[in-house]
Amino acid sequence: MIMVYCEQRNGELLNVGLELIGKAVELSKDLDGEVTAVVCGNKITQLSDKISQYGATRIIIVEHPLLEKYTVDAYTEALYQVITSENPDILLLGATLTGRELGPRLAARLRTGLTADCTNLEIDPESKLLLMTRPAFGGNLMATIICPERRPQMATIRPGVFPLPKPDTQREVEAYVFTPKLSEEDIKVKVQQIIAKVRKHKDITAEKIIVAGGRGVGSKENFELLEELAELLGGGIAGSRAAVDEGWLPKDLQVGQTGKVVRPKLYIAIGISGAIQHLAGMQESEYIIAINKDPEAPIMKIADLAIVGDWKPIVRRLIQQLKQTMNIQEEKIS
Amino acid sequence: MMSFRIIVFAKQVPDTTEVRVDPIKGTLIRDGVKSIMNPEDKNALEVALQLKDKYGAKVTVITMGPPSAEAILRESYAMGADEAVLITDPLYAGSDTWVTSMILAKAAQMMGFDLILTGRQAIDGDTAQVGIEIAEHLKIPVIAYAVDLKIEGERVIVTRELDNTYEVVSTRIPCLVTCTKELNKPRYMRVENIFGYFDRPISIFNNSVLKFDKNEVGLVGSPTKVRRTFTKGPKEQGTIFNGTADEAAELILSKLKAEKLISEQ
Repeated sequence: MIMVYCEQRNGELLNVGLELIGKAVELSKDLDGEVTAVVCGNKITQLSDKISQYGATRIIIVEHPLLEKYTVDAYTEALYQVITSENPDILLLGATLTGRELGPRLAARLRTGLTADCTNLEIDPESKLLLMTRPAFGGNLMATIICPERRPQMATIRPGVFPLPKPDTQREVEAYVFTPKLSEEDIKVKVQQIIAKVRKHKDITAEKIIVAGGRGVGSKENFELLEELAELLGGGIAGSRAAVDEGWLPKDLQVGQTGKVVRPKLYIAIGISGAIQHLAGMQESEYIIAINKDPEAPIMKIADLAIVGDWKPIVRRLIQQLKQTMNIQEEKIS
Repeated sequence: MMSFRIIVFAKQVPDTTEVRVDPIKGTLIRDGVKSIMNPEDKNALEVALQLKDKYGAKVTVITMGPPSAEAILRESYAMGADEAVLITDPLYAGSDTWVTSMILAKAAQMMGFDLILTGRQAIDGDTAQVGIEIAEHLKIPVIAYAVDLKIEGERVIVTRELDNTYEVVSTRIPCLVTCTKELNKPRYMRVENIFGYFDRPISIFNNSVLKFDKNEVGLVGSPTKVRRTFTKGPKEQGTIFNGTADEAAELILSKLKAEKLISEQ
């Protein structure tokens, strides 16, 4: 049985858990077909309706007043109790910051292995082991990891690595409530205050179209052109590590191994050479356009459309043409 | 607080920003890549040294690796550490995060501590697992992703960064905190420490000190194994266009329409 931990925050499920259910359903075809989704919290039974729609064959709602707020202590202990009573072969968790904290604490307690930040999961046809592939050395090398003996085989996967399945609104699965044994003393680290981060931009992993810039963009001012293009296309801007390090963009707009993993419908890379760290964060994009002076830049090799040239006149011209297209539309309406 | 004991776990890593892939063989080129102290471990050491400056504390830096990992311990001495331990034994080679954290936890237990600091993650593996797993092996509280740390009496108060929020949390010592680069800018090696830092003793912990069964450490004892490593194969080459800016913009626009990424007129 594959178990998927679905993280919820304030009663809202994160997409990553649902993405993992989708992947688990696919993997389970080579196993026993069982996918159990687990969600922890307090008064969250209503979440089972949504989870049902994504293909889990069973749902366990882990409820306790001490799970109201996330703490690594209470959540680890609650999941530990569920796992030791269910004995899954595989446990998948979203590699959010909380998932990446929960995963190791849980793995150490279960005395099993954990592979962090996997970018691919497969079942080995012969051994039926989970093949967990992840980048190492800043994305320069990929490694396929197995956990042959101990159980569960644990992996964390970043949000956006696997596609969100299409929900089946007709689907209903029975949910079980599991009440873990927890006491106030189990919670060693007390949360005193939660401060919301101020975000100016939309979360880039949710953008369908991304216009990204790198060192070749040249300055913070030049990013305004990229922003204009993104706005006309109905998308958002992002950048490489170089652009973030230069201070042209905030950190939460960084795409790559140490930033966000994105898979938009369209990714336009401007002045980005395509260091492997960057490619690791965007190569799953459906359509990639690269504009670069250097025809030999790595980004040009993975682009569906590679434009060799100075980006600025090209983007200016593109903006102009897009505006023209839109004006015509407006005239038609009036 | 002179008797306050801080252990910092640090790792020697290749500077991954300099690691390249051989484009023909598809293998990792590690020759000539310099080894450094993992950056966020250095931030952890800086936290320890600031606590020492403020309250007085004994700072012990522990690393595990080949004998050459001694270099980062010398660097730690030059920054102001009081004591250094090198865990090295051929039996430990190939240990995964679970076994590594078990070995480090045992060393910590033998040294004694009030506070353990580690970097959030190492740049060669980026797993961010070892620190948290050490805490579980020692059954002590863990606070991950610290961006600020204070000590008030017996409590450690940490601001930590999560996905959409910052959390202010506190716990009683002994505990383990994983540190991020937002905490500080690590100090340089100090001249007064550089003189003589080559002579400072380094404790060597091999398996005759740590006494693990040889089947529970290294490659054999590790729950996870590397099945294979590879570099990503090349993706099929797309369309390459080299022409005027007008032509380029025209081509992009037509492709966007063809791919239904913008509405056609």
